[in-house]
Amino acid sequence: MSALLSSPILRRTLLALVLFVVSVFAIDLLSGFRQGQVASIAYLAIAAGGLTVLTGINGQLSLGHGAFMAVGAYTTALLLGRWENMPLLLLLLISIVVTMAVGAAVGVAAARLHGPYIAGATLALAIAVPALAIHFKDTLGGEPGLRVPTRDVPPLADDALFFLTGTDTGTMQWLATVSVACLIVTFLLLRNLSESRVGRRWRAVRDDPVAAQLAGIDLGRSRVLCFVVSTATAGLAGSLMAMITRIAAPSGFNLVLSLTLLMAVVLGGLGTLTGALIGAVLLSLLPTFVTNFGSGMGLSDLQAAELAPLVLGLTTMAVVLLAPAGLVGSLLRWRQQARLSRS
Amino acid sequence: MQLINTILGGLSLGMVYAAFALALVLIWQSTRIVNFAQAPMAMVTTFIALTLIESGMNYWVAFVAALVAGFVLGALVERLIIRYVDHDNHINPVILTLGLFIVLHAVAAVIFGSNFQSFPAPFGLTGFSVGDTTFNLTPTSVFTILIVIAVMALLRLLFLKTDLGLTMRAAAFNQEVARILGVRVNRTLTLGWALASVVGSLSGLLIAAGGLVHPSYMDGVVVYGFVAAVLGGLDSPAGAVVGGLLMGVTLSLVSGYLGSGLVPLAALIVLVVVLLVRPGGLFSTSTERTV
Repeated sequence: MSALLSSPILRRTLLALVLFVVSVFAIDLLSGFRQGQVASIAYLAIAAGGLTVLTGINGQLSLGHGAFMAVGAYTTALLLGRWENMPLLLLLLISIVVTMAVGAAVGVAAARLHGPYIAGATLALAIAVPALAIHFKDTLGGEPGLRVPTRDVPPLADDALFFLTGTDTGTMQWLATVSVACLIVTFLLLRNLSESRVGRRWRAVRDDPVAAQLAGIDLGRSRVLCFVVSTATAGLAGSLMAMITRIAAPSGFNLVLSLTLLMAVVLGGLGTLTGALIGAVLLSLLPTFVTNFGSGMGLSDLQAAELAPLVLGLTTMAVVLLAPAGLVGSLLRWRQQARLSRS
Repeated sequence: MQLINTILGGLSLGMVYAAFALALVLIWQSTRIVNFAQAPMAMVTTFIALTLIESGMNYWVAFVAALVAGFVLGALVERLIIRYVDHDNHINPVILTLGLFIVLHAVAAVIFGSNFQSFPAPFGLTGFSVGDTTFNLTPTSVFTILIVIAVMALLRLLFLKTDLGLTMRAAAFNQEVARILGVRVNRTLTLGWALASVVGSLSGLLIAAGGLVHPSYMDGVVVYGFVAAVLGGLDSPAGAVVGGLLMGVTLSLVSGYLGSGLVPLAALIVLVVVLLVRPGGLFSTSTERTV
């Protein structure tokens, strides 16, 4: 047992399994509406996790991750439109691979850029991809987008979940379970990757490119690899998003999505996966909360809907100015200082 | 004929992009920040002009009021927000301006509403015609081209011929040395942001003329203006103007012959190709990075 716990990878895998079983029971207890919220938190957290690795650990800024989510979502919508009974795992895998291919092409260009240039290029990407979906309206559905058919819960999974929880599994419950499972697997992989030799190289490239190159690290290859890994998570998130919202439309992947993803990463603290998760929870729950508050204060529905981005933007600016390490990062630093002063 | 009209349309559009790119370059030169919030700042001042016009004021009074509002807004943003950001980390300023981007969007949608509203044009919108053929050159687009040229000439005069311009250039070139030589660096930075915001507001007013205004009508312009600024090298005001014109004509051709849905993609391709061939832009004078 102690040998099992001394290996970080085994320990984390065990923890992930326990988390998964707990979340299966927890999701079963929730109402349908809450299950939908859990599912959307999960896919946002997957995308934010990938972005925090790219921006926080490798130092590349992407304002266009919404565009990669769009690639994953449209791939899923097109595949399901043709083969409605495609196995879920295959569907997710193809969506991820297609997004990675697009990500590799963009990453090769992005790896040669730096600072504001990469920000501008990915910003252009965030605007270009939804416009493409409108331009090719015969295949991609134009402005109204593509409808994603609802799928039944696979019998095998239904039986397995029945064995665990003793209740039948609804469609939304099934999607929430799948999303949470994907989230746990993604975070497990990202965590292991960032602690490994690959992750140390990414940090080295971020902290001092010249020194990293002298140490024999191929800068371009390291940056492209990180970009591709990050887009893979965005593709997975987009694929899940398409199935949960049952639509892939250009309006769902506007500039604001890309920017809010970045805000989630900054809010939580650049480079920590916990921070990305907290940011995603805030992003999903804040709008409902703030909008209700606004309606209560006597604003019209349209005005109240704008309060959420307002609060989000103000919070982000406050975090950048007052706690540049993000919420989690500042907390960690504060705890470290407290420990130092005690000893 | 279609080719000539497309290029003419591209020229007046290019002048607007050039003005926007110039606003970005002015700020980049002095503070090393790309002000992504320039677009919503211009949007807010355009809405101020629209509100004044709708309350019965003269177009030109509203026009000047919007530029003044732009000046004040730029100064406030620098003094209250940008001054306190940590410049060592190149990601923080970008995220700060993007946060401001979202905040201004939301504020404008709450105050002015998020539906499309039409904005009046100062002059006519029908093209000049010679014989039977009508050229895509309207009195409004002539006004656009002339006023942007005038503003550029004024800025050039300010920076090259006046003491104020000299101190601003000194502060942008090297803050520490300028401070030692007695330049009030903080004040010149505030003034620089204010001036850039005026130029940005001008481009907002010009692109709105005769068209529709809503909180995100400038979102495309920030991308095209940025690409224009990068085309010329972020450090070169003249490059920004040339880049703006190139962008306007290129995007106009793409829109006219291939379809407007491909315009953002074309901008992305132009940006990436230029940066891969000349990482510092077409007119860059600074040394290239080795890594």
